[in-house]
Amino acid sequence: MKRSLFGRLWPNVTAVVLFVGFVFPVYWMFATAFKPTGDIISENPVWFPTHPTFEHFKTATHADHFWTFVTNSVTVTVLAVVFSLIIALAGSFALARVRFKGRRGFIVAFMLAQMAPWEVMIIAMYMIVRDASMLNSLVPLTLFYMMMILPFTLLTLRGFVAAVPKELEESAMVDGCTRAQAFRRVILPLLAPGLMSTSLFGFITAWNEFPLVLVLNKEAHAQTLPLWLSSFQTVFGDDWGATMAASSLFALPILILFVFLQRRAVSGLTAGAVKG
Amino acid sequence: MTVQTERPPSGPADARKADDGGPGGPTSRAASRAGALTPYLLLLPACAATVLLLGWPLLKDILLSFQNLNMAQLIQHVTEWNGIDNYKETLASEDFWRVTLRSIIFTAVNVVLVMVLGTLVGLLLARLGKRMRFTLMIGLVLAWAMPPVAATTVYQWLFAQRFGVVNWVLDKLGWHSMADYSWTSSQMSTFFVVTLLIVWMSIPFVAINLYAATTTIPDELYEAASLDGAGVWRSFTTVTMPFLRPFLYATTFLEIIWIFKAFTQVFTFNGGGPDRLTETLPVYAYIEGVGNQHYGMGAAIAVLTILILLGLTAYYLRVVLKQEEDEL
Repeated sequence: MKRSLFGRLWPNVTAVVLFVGFVFPVYWMFATAFKPTGDIISENPVWFPTHPTFEHFKTATHADHFWTFVTNSVTVTVLAVVFSLIIALAGSFALARVRFKGRRGFIVAFMLAQMAPWEVMIIAMYMIVRDASMLNSLVPLTLFYMMMILPFTLLTLRGFVAAVPKELEESAMVDGCTRAQAFRRVILPLLAPGLMSTSLFGFITAWNEFPLVLVLNKEAHAQTLPLWLSSFQTVFGDDWGATMAASSLFALPILILFVFLQRRAVSGLTAGAVKG
Repeated sequence: MTVQTERPPSGPADARKADDGGPGGPTSRAASRAGALTPYLLLLPACAATVLLLGWPLLKDILLSFQNLNMAQLIQHVTEWNGIDNYKETLASEDFWRVTLRSIIFTAVNVVLVMVLGTLVGLLLARLGKRMRFTLMIGLVLAWAMPPVAATTVYQWLFAQRFGVVNWVLDKLGWHSMADYSWTSSQMSTFFVVTLLIVWMSIPFVAINLYAATTTIPDELYEAASLDGAGVWRSFTTVTMPFLRPFLYATTFLEIIWIFKAFTQVFTFNGGGPDRLTETLPVYAYIEGVGNQHYGMGAAIAVLTILILLGLTAYYLRVVLKQEEDEL
């Protein structure tokens, strides 16, 4: 196919412009975090951190309770992911492998659950947690985060389980394994990559969650990083360097995970819901 | 088929009827019955969690919406039922309808921008060379991956009144009145930034998935089209579009649902301000309910919002299930 110079040029030019547009906010976050304060509050923007400093990262990590927030975020996220993986694995096995009455109904119910409007249910969740005297605790947060990622985990794992050839399992059972043994020795190792990527998406959801922790946990000892970050103006005032350093620290693990997962992101995030 | 509301799936109760489950052949009656029970037992934890942690809050939301529950009742732990007063008051209030209309317009503008621009970027990805495509893909993935709270913070800095880079650029481009402009000071400017933020975050999902969908179109179709004398535009409308239509349809609904219930970006950027002029329905429910401590009212607003979302979700599931009919 022959194309004119213009025909070859404009897609590339557009792509470069778009690339800059999409990357700039992320770049600006990191750049600001590394710039000395004098370069941040200057009348003309300093485009590159030519004199990089770790000053702002120090401010951010030395802020009150910073390590409590980190510990809380990590605890809640990891526990939620692990619990939902265990529960979902059992369920996905049933949905992928066994034909039974109501199977389709279960799948539709979990698809509906996946679309649950959590942002709008926070008042009811607040009341439930308050009536149980569990405000400012990590337990309800963990349980609800687990539930937020459970339907996605279940539906995605269903696909991964279904992709493992049934013959492998059957031949293991012919060789004398029980169904449970066949599952543990044959299917589980084959599922490892699927479990990995599914749990990472669950991790991202739980790590980023904001509305629920905003309502439930008002005391610092039970807060998580997103809540801390959202209230930066009370924390840092107008210290944009420290704010961007805090944002960078919060976003970095997710950015790394996501770039790493990008290929699976395409097929995975929609959980078989949107097919190309 | 129609999609019903959250149906608490009854566990083993259904199992008695199902004796066709479980491969391996019926060796004995008891064994086959145990085999038939297995799928329900495996699903039991997931169903229990769903009923308890999702069904219960939903039900609680509905119960709360029929109660007069303000700060006083909250502190004294009393339950005062007041029938449909909360709904009457909500539906009669001008504020509610203004916020609803605002939410719909906000969602419509965002979804149209996301879908149109996302599709264009996706088609561009398909047309680019390998190296350029990879580069643009990296940019898209970075924007997609940014945690919403972090992204909102960054946009606050980009659009900061003092030392914000956007105001500097606008000033240099000759729009000098923008040099010290406060983007949080008016309804329109706040919505402008929030929309830009949401569109920036949402385009990658549409674009990358759309690009992935185009790669599944068989080349033979294009060859056949060009043999039949179709030009670029005709092969686009007769081959590309019909292939992408189901995808676009489902994605549009997904975006409508996501953007309609977007809370983090709207709330974190300006807290629904100035003067509560940028509250969308989820933010309105939060501020009325938790902020102003009219929990019953907040719950009623939430239930109405959920009803709207449920309608949208049911429609989305219909689209998706129709596509997956054979796979289920």
